[in-house]
Amino acid sequence: MPLKIKQDHSRFREIIRGRIKENLRKYIQKGEMIGKKGKDLITIPVPSIDIPHFKYGHKDQGGVGQGEGAPGTVLAPGAVEGDGKGKAGQGEGQHSLEVDLSLDELADILGEELALPRIQNKGKKNLTTPKVKYTGVHTAGPESLRHFKRTYKQALKRSISSGLYNPKIPIVVPVREDKRYRSWRMQELPQSNAVVIYMMDVSGSMGDEQKEIVRIESFWIDTWLRSNYKGLETRYIIHDAVAREVDRETFFHTRESGGTMISSAYKLCKEMMDADYDSGSWNIYPFHFSDGDNWSADDTRTCITLLKGEILTKVNQFAYGQVESPYGSGQFIKDLRESFEGIENVALSEIANKDAIYNSIKDFLGKGS
Amino acid sequence: MDNRGTQLPPHLGDIKKEIEKYAHEFGLDFYETIFEVLNYDEINMVAAYGGFPNRYPHWRFGMEYEQLSKGYEYGLSKIYEMVINNNPSYAYLLESNMDVDQKLVMAHVYGHVDFFKNNFSFQHTNRKMMDEMANHATRVRRIIDRVGIEPVETFIDRALSLENLVNQHAPHFPPKPRDEATEEPIEVRGFKTNREYMSQFINPQTFLDEQRKKLEEERAQKKKFPERPERDVLLFLIENAPLERWEADILSVVREEAYYFAPQAQTKIANEGWASYWHSTIMTQRALKDSEIIDYADHHSGTMGVRPGAINPYKLGIELWRHIEDRWNKGRFGKEYDECDDLRARRAWDRKLGLGKQKIFEVRKHYNDVTFIDEFLTADFAVEQKLFVYGFNEKANRWEILDREFQKVKKKLLQQLTNFGQPIIEVVDGNFENRGELLLAHRHDGVDLRIDYAKDTLVNLQAMWRRPVGIVTRVDGKGVLMRFDGRDHTDRKVEL
Repeated sequence: MPLKIKQDHSRFREIIRGRIKENLRKYIQKGEMIGKKGKDLITIPVPSIDIPHFKYGHKDQGGVGQGEGAPGTVLAPGAVEGDGKGKAGQGEGQHSLEVDLSLDELADILGEELALPRIQNKGKKNLTTPKVKYTGVHTAGPESLRHFKRTYKQALKRSISSGLYNPKIPIVVPVREDKRYRSWRMQELPQSNAVVIYMMDVSGSMGDEQKEIVRIESFWIDTWLRSNYKGLETRYIIHDAVAREVDRETFFHTRESGGTMISSAYKLCKEMMDADYDSGSWNIYPFHFSDGDNWSADDTRTCITLLKGEILTKVNQFAYGQVESPYGSGQFIKDLRESFEGIENVALSEIANKDAIYNSIKDFLGKGS
Repeated sequence: MDNRGTQLPPHLGDIKKEIEKYAHEFGLDFYETIFEVLNYDEINMVAAYGGFPNRYPHWRFGMEYEQLSKGYEYGLSKIYEMVINNNPSYAYLLESNMDVDQKLVMAHVYGHVDFFKNNFSFQHTNRKMMDEMANHATRVRRIIDRVGIEPVETFIDRALSLENLVNQHAPHFPPKPRDEATEEPIEVRGFKTNREYMSQFINPQTFLDEQRKKLEEERAQKKKFPERPERDVLLFLIENAPLERWEADILSVVREEAYYFAPQAQTKIANEGWASYWHSTIMTQRALKDSEIIDYADHHSGTMGVRPGAINPYKLGIELWRHIEDRWNKGRFGKEYDECDDLRARRAWDRKLGLGKQKIFEVRKHYNDVTFIDEFLTADFAVEQKLFVYGFNEKANRWEILDREFQKVKKKLLQQLTNFGQPIIEVVDGNFENRGELLLAHRHDGVDLRIDYAKDTLVNLQAMWRRPVGIVTRVDGKGVLMRFDGRDHTDRKVEL
């Protein structure tokens, strides 16, 4: 029998979707509003969902608790009921409710609101790999997978019911029959078949604000692509006059002072593709962010040759985002525009500030390639 | 759920008979109790509906349901017991629980039903609420069929926003008689004189005019509306706000349900404590088999666990009941005991009166949380239970233990429980400044209102009253009138 409450529940989800859509521009600007919860879930503060009441301000109120500790002892974060709930909302001057949402749902909302076309399947097959998944508890298995709590409980039960248990000497010795083990199953899980190669200019002219913009954009790009491909890999390249591969953390936090040679990044990108991502089985998405201040016209020419000759033939789409900075000349995007006018799988976008992220995501993902 | 009937599977039926027998033997007095076995999806639904199998449609229940289901899936929370205060009472058992859990739940439930039946707080409760809730659901569904889901949902949102503005004491008073006196024309009588020719000197026209004005003012005062501040804001709105008939109907549904749940919120500690006291007594003295002790201990201790930043009503309650029983068994009460300040004598005090059981049954009849704590939370108890007051340290941006002094702990606890933890708010004027505006007042008791919530609540109130609305409260020690006129929020300083 379908539960009556499912109606109320789907109405609730509908309302949430509506509110998120209404506020999407704000969420997109402020990536930090979105928290991660596990692998596929995010939490998102949804304004005005909670029903407002006349109620006490929480911080003023305090309360009575129970436990150890002298006056002045700090209560662990989260120990106080309702704590944290108000925090996100307070700055906004509005109450909000943290709601769980799957990344797929978020991507759907993003797609609907920005009218993004679903990505056309290129006919590349999905590759799968076997993966171990723990599914239950068994009475047999290797010692390394022994479930301590279950085993102990079983042993305790047995020793009490057989009269062996002595509360004064509460030693419990498990025997073979008591032992419980985690059991597993092999599952075929889809392998990553899309890769995003992020490249970023970290020369002196790229400040924290510019990097923040890149970080937020990359979150939304990941979200969208992940919903279109079962698996998604990400790689990160930073460059000034030379390029190197880094992890995600380093990518967003490195600052160099050298000059800028964009071709170094494109070269590395091409090498990466050649080594790891066969264009027959991978959907490849290079994204490059810079303030558009390349070292020389010569280097720009090298870049264009690289793109035309090597990169564009292998990738689904090449995207370049130019983040406005007080130092950059912003010449690079003009050069690219000249050379790639009308070419399907090149997406170019100028990002003036956080407000522009919304439209820039549309530029990048609006082509559906 | 409906199609399952109320037939328990045979082995649970046997357990029920057994536990019911023990409960009777211990002197519990309860309504007939019907247990239903539900799977976890169903039990989450019923829990989201506040214990009832049928409520009016509203997304808030869906929200509760989602949170409960998530909690269950992640293994964070699991609902063990749920019982409806109704005659007969209904309680639910989770299908996948072990038998020992079912026993524990049943014993606990009989404690609750005894409390519901006998505690004074519930003497005016509708004991056919199960049917009433179903009727409410039908009423609201009919309204939706007539006017559409959107306006009804919006209105319910607003009504729920005000649902805590009821007078928890109202059920104990008879409804006030309607004053339907007809208005007589004002007749100004001057001083008596039987000398006609003197009258214009004894009662000059200016004097008569003044008299008339005075009488008019007096009448206006009498017509002040409401005459006395009204705590039952919902009732005031039902009677006086310009509502459509269906809106008034929904508002009275929300109000009636709020009054049904209010006494449960006022007896949380006493009631949960009482039920826990009885499940622990019944289980450990009668119902437990040897093989079940481990699981019982595991689950009982899980229920009794405390976190530093919150009061666990199960724990505080059970300990307080045991404390009372112990004191009355040993005769630790009365003038002689209170005045004894020899610590050793107090510790060894035992008059072997054995009045404990009698006392706790008496207390369960006549006390709610506020009086229960006020009367029986002693200094000894506070130390024993390691109670403390905590507060927020703004400078360090963290919660800290402030004090362990008994009087402060007790005061804070009572403050938290007064008006079931809600600020006291009343209607003071339905025709504020003679402009038809609605004015509420917050009886400030040391804790400010949460401003963002208050503003949004005013918006909801204004939507019902249609004219501007305001509330007088105190913010950071200063009197403020927060007002919303349908478009803008304004704050104005006021003297309190």
